Amino acid sequence: MNNGMMFTKTHEWVRKEGEGVVLAGLSAHAVTEMGDLVFINLPQVGTKVTAGETMADVESVKAVSDVYSPVSGVVAEVNESLADAPEKINEAPYASWIAKIESVEIPEGLMTEEEYEEYLKDI
Amino acid sequence: MEINSGNELKTPLYDIHIASGGKMVPFAGHLLPVRYESGIIAEHNAVRTAAGSFDVSHMGEIILDGTGAFDTIQNVLTNDFTGLADGGMRYSPMCNNEGGVIDDVIVYRFSADKYMIVVNASNKDKDYAWISSHLSDGTECRDLSPLTAQIALQGPESEVILRAAAGSEADLPVKAYTFTDGVVVAGIECLVSASGYTGEAGYEIYMPPEGVAVVWNALIDSGRDFGLIPCGLGARDTLRLEASMPLYGHELNEDITPFEASLGRYVKMDKPDFIGKGALEGKTEPERIRVGIEVTDKGIAREDCQVFSGDVVIGKTTSGTMCPYIGKAVAMAIIDREFADPGTQLEIDVRGRKLKAVTVKMPFYKKEK
Repeated sequence: MNNGMMFTKTHEWVRKEGEGVVLAGLSAHAVTEMGDLVFINLPQVGTKVTAGETMADVESVKAVSDVYSPVSGVVAEVNESLADAPEKINEAPYASWIAKIESVEIPEGLMTEEEYEEYLKDI
Repeated sequence: MEINSGNELKTPLYDIHIASGGKMVPFAGHLLPVRYESGIIAEHNAVRTAAGSFDVSHMGEIILDGTGAFDTIQNVLTNDFTGLADGGMRYSPMCNNEGGVIDDVIVYRFSADKYMIVVNASNKDKDYAWISSHLSDGTECRDLSPLTAQIALQGPESEVILRAAAGSEADLPVKAYTFTDGVVVAGIECLVSASGYTGEAGYEIYMPPEGVAVVWNALIDSGRDFGLIPCGLGARDTLRLEASMPLYGHELNEDITPFEASLGRYVKMDKPDFIGKGALEGKTEPERIRVGIEVTDKGIAREDCQVFSGDVVIGKTTSGTMCPYIGKAVAMAIIDREFADPGTQLEIDVRGRKLKAVTVKMPFYKKEK
């Protein structure tokens, strides 16, 4: 993975933070589609996560949505500040990381920002 | 994403919604905005503090006309319409023979022999068929839905906004649950009622489909200085839930009696007869009942979550959300009556997590008089 942001087909972003360490969050597109977020169920630190499987869930006024882990690894830290202010994700989706994941294995099929923009045009 | 069958009707305001940034979703056979760019929370709070306008053209309108119209209404609806004056309105459940709720409706009385029944969009064909097959002699029944558009203008600034659009001399209804026909708004003749589905003061405005865009734009223009924004179905749902109003298909269906839905005051068992009365005899104190619940743990209960007292399932939620104005996660649920007293500690299973909750008195929100 390069140092830029990469995206999943399920609208999560992931960014390299150190050797084998990444930050993950929700894309601006995901957040716009969901609308005002009012709750986040953060993962537990130490949880093993698997690429493509649920690691958290967020709730808008209208509905709940799963957040899928973009990579496999172990949750090293969660962004506790989102628990009291999930609206931060609406305001700044790329600054509002949800989980820091370490011992990371990067799966195939992540998209660069340009590829993700193209992907959004087709859905 | 909900499935769009591709057959949904566009209301006459469809193009305006798109131009205003409405996020359109299929609902009850229509394409309607679930929200606009400002989002559900801003829309919800605009109605509580200023005003909001809603396209509710999908609602159904059934006209009963003739010397048998009153008898028909008294028979098919559970409330008592004796004493309802011309220009008055009254809410009622409509029951099947088993006492289950076919729909909940509002009756407008034009005269002793003419009434309009406003019904839920999702039920209008079923309601029309049911009412048509239970007409008393001398009653004509017409479905006016395709010829009727409706805008709901809701919130404390509604009156000043409607006066700005209709003129200061306009004969607007004053008392809640009354209406005036023939109010001219921006050159369009409208029926205006003092009513709504948000727990705020406001109006429901009926007019022919070809006039609705003119009226909508006039309200948006005159409302801008008073904080009015257009609102979608999302805010309509959170507002009615915050005001603890039942929604058909959630708190009400054909297997739930009005007494179980805590709507017993709209069922007049002392009326000589009405459809469902026999089945409801002896069931006025039901074993399960609709209650309001506040979630005290962090999290949001939605509909169809099991409600527990200890390890025992005592019912399930029928609606639930985070209510933006009161800032609380609340739900309505139908549960065993013995747990219904306000202050009873419960748990709600939300996707495998048991959240602590407590029964509270409804409504969750009540506007200050």
